[in-house]
Amino acid sequence: MSQQEVDRERRKFLVAATAAMGTVGAAAVAWPFVASMLPSARAKAAGAPVEVDISKIEPGAILAVEWRGKPVWVVYRTKEMLDLLGKHDDQLADPLSDMPQQPDYCKNKNRSIKEQYLVAVGICTHLGCSPTYRKEIGAADLGADWPGGFFCPCHGSRFDLAARVFKGVPAPTNLEIPPHNYVSDSLLLVGVDSKVESVGA
Amino acid sequence: MKLIKQLFALLAFVPLVAAAAGGAEIPLDKAPVNLSDKASLQRGAKMFVNYCLNCHSASYMRYTRLQDIGLTEEQIKDNLLFASEKPGDTMTVNMSYKDAKVWFGAAPPDLTVIARSRNPDWLYTYLRSFYRDETRPTGWNNTAFDKVGMPHVMASLQGEQVAHFKKVKDHEGAEHEVFDRFELVKPGTVSQAQYDSMVGDLVNYLAWMAEPAKTKRMQTGLLVLAFLGLFFIIAYYLKKEFWKDVH
Amino acid sequence: MNALQKLLGWVDARFPLTATYKAHLSEYYAPKNFNFWYFFGSLALLVLVIQIVTGIFLVMHYKPDGSLNAAGVPVAFASVEYIMRDVDWGWLVRYLHSTGASAFFVVVYLHMFRGMIYGSYRKPRELIWIFGVIIYLVLMAEAFMGYLLPWGQMSYWGAQVIINLFAAVPFIGNDLSLWIRGDFVVGDATLNRFFSFHVIAMPLVLLALVAAHLVALHEVGSNNPDGVEIKKKKGEDGKPLDGIPFHPYYTVKDILGVVVFLIAFSAVVFFAPEMGGYFLEANNFIPADPLKTPAHIAPVWYFTPYYAILRAVPPLLGSQFPGVLLMGVAVLIFFALPWLDRSPVKSIRYRGPIYKWFLAAFVISFIGLGWLGILPATPLYTWIARILSVVYFAFFLLMPWYTKIDKTKPEPERVTG
Repeated sequence: MSQQEVDRERRKFLVAATAAMGTVGAAAVAWPFVASMLPSARAKAAGAPVEVDISKIEPGAILAVEWRGKPVWVVYRTKEMLDLLGKHDDQLADPLSDMPQQPDYCKNKNRSIKEQYLVAVGICTHLGCSPTYRKEIGAADLGADWPGGFFCPCHGSRFDLAARVFKGVPAPTNLEIPPHNYVSDSLLLVGVDSKVESVGA
Repeated sequence: MKLIKQLFALLAFVPLVAAAAGGAEIPLDKAPVNLSDKASLQRGAKMFVNYCLNCHSASYMRYTRLQDIGLTEEQIKDNLLFASEKPGDTMTVNMSYKDAKVWFGAAPPDLTVIARSRNPDWLYTYLRSFYRDETRPTGWNNTAFDKVGMPHVMASLQGEQVAHFKKVKDHEGAEHEVFDRFELVKPGTVSQAQYDSMVGDLVNYLAWMAEPAKTKRMQTGLLVLAFLGLFFIIAYYLKKEFWKDVH
Repeated sequence: MNALQKLLGWVDARFPLTATYKAHLSEYYAPKNFNFWYFFGSLALLVLVIQIVTGIFLVMHYKPDGSLNAAGVPVAFASVEYIMRDVDWGWLVRYLHSTGASAFFVVVYLHMFRGMIYGSYRKPRELIWIFGVIIYLVLMAEAFMGYLLPWGQMSYWGAQVIINLFAAVPFIGNDLSLWIRGDFVVGDATLNRFFSFHVIAMPLVLLALVAAHLVALHEVGSNNPDGVEIKKKKGEDGKPLDGIPFHPYYTVKDILGVVVFLIAFSAVVFFAPEMGGYFLEANNFIPADPLKTPAHIAPVWYFTPYYAILRAVPPLLGSQFPGVLLMGVAVLIFFALPWLDRSPVKSIRYRGPIYKWFLAAFVISFIGLGWLGILPATPLYTWIARILSVVYFAFFLLMPWYTKIDKTKPEPERVTG
């Protein structure tokens, strides 16, 4: 076939250039397809921030709202509840909230922006059940040292009133605190980060 | 069998039907569509919300998408949304389509892609061609859409016009009435030129809304073609190089 | 021996990887004189891949549901607009698929025409041709069923008309069309079964047929513009003198062809996805309405030649069946081509003037019928369509006669560059 000298360098270069173009092209084509699997505008609209009127929550009561299809709790903690929070750190897996389960502005002892209001995603970090709110201290079925908190009926995971997980239960981490901020004293917006960098310590 | 015959019969009558529909033969005015004119699109969006969205939905169109024509989420919330609506909602109407069917005989069509089923020039002509016709239940008729069911919702702006028709003879000698001109009998709140410009904005918006990705599509297309152009040069020399072997 | 070679050796001991690569690429000898017309086979394969990949991603968002949503729009129609607006890059995936459908037929028609002018259907390639014609038939079914899915007015009424063609079949017609629809009109049941066929059944069949088409091709070897067998003249090494390895020579050539095709394809996708209403019709942006027929129904452009034949045939004894029958025959007659052609030569290069005249008349009739199929039928157009239909069939039916009497030139011994 070939009588004349083959310029191998030129061939190598052209093959490499074609391969490079092909790879760039394939990657560029792949992107729209990958992106089409991201949440659509409809999903984003459904997952838009949720406004919560917190003025009607009684002290000690809980309000559950839906945000991105998940239950989000707002608990109005009383003075007594807050006082109890610091007293069982030795029984907790992550008492200082070192795991990134909350925005930076909630990495404090109450895991909240406003001391009294706990805002947490009500989904157990074990296998995704929704724990129940058990505020009664020393409840009969939970033991005399139960300080009030959340109990997951699926596999028995326990969390305190700052949604921190106890040691020795299946759930590995504290409950997630969603991004949230206060538009006014009575209006909470779940889903948008607070501009406050960090409150308290 | 019967249906096929009917369909075939229908096909045979198409030219007649088209003529009877009346709209087809009037010349269409060119709509001033310019998707890069964001000020016009924003004015059009406002007109759409104020004049169309009471009866017609745009149920695939999300308010948030209006950010593409330069509106901020605050502006959308403050100027275009009802209190109960969220920016992520689609442009729906409160009237249910079942009620609408009862009230209007036919539900007002969804307008999201109206500029793709009806072209913008037709929309631009249609919205400026309402005239008084007391024989119609609404009191309105339209030279672009004979016996239209929709009343002239922008009559307060445009004013009221009547249509004059003239008789012409076709090549077979039969007489036909054709549209001649409009006469404004009761002026509206804006001048004719202003009204045309407002309708132009509205149609521009409708054209944009029918395919919000169009601008991005064209931009992407230029990049793709540029890339393929470069690829072509390399592929050409690659082929040439290897085919030196073949005699 | 490095690790990669070791791995290859391991695989080759268990699976004929290297052998397959050699048999179909590096040691598959293709004639060296392929011209422009030989791009369309590989391009058809490319379009098939485009359609499958874009189809997979469309199915993630599309909903085959004819019921009305809260806004009074059919769910299926709304889900297409959802893809066009709410899904990131969904408009691109959808336009690639809708443009790909038309591109498929452009490429396949040109590929078939290549086979016709160079006699690629002749012995020993009859089976390649037959597989090809079946692919064409399946492709028509695939395209027709896919066209219903957007659930617009043209989708709906196009399906209504075509399904009613089956009603023209004597005795069982009405039951047959009822069975195809699964309802008394085209409805949700029809949409769901078409969806199932479009995304699962037909693509599976198509892939199997394409594989058979290629296996048969690589068994007998490719034809070429001269229509002579390169395997007859082999060198001392046992390789055809006029053959070159498919890889690298035709891979680099096909890469060039693919880039040129993609330039044209992208131009349509990005700048004219509606293609003046021929790829996406204006009426299909109106949701399907069973109570309102659009003023003018025409099938998509790639079906219009056959549609024109259908309309050209007058009813017999009050039955449309002759038209339907003739339309079917017009498609199926391609199967008979290998046996209708009696010419001593394969390629148009060595055929005589009579064949060339008949071929030209056939091309004109096919394009002419395609054009008439788009237009509304008027008495004049119907008569033109009748004449063109006669020409169309004459090309095939008279072929045994005119190819035999035609004055051919002698075929060369070797290919002519």
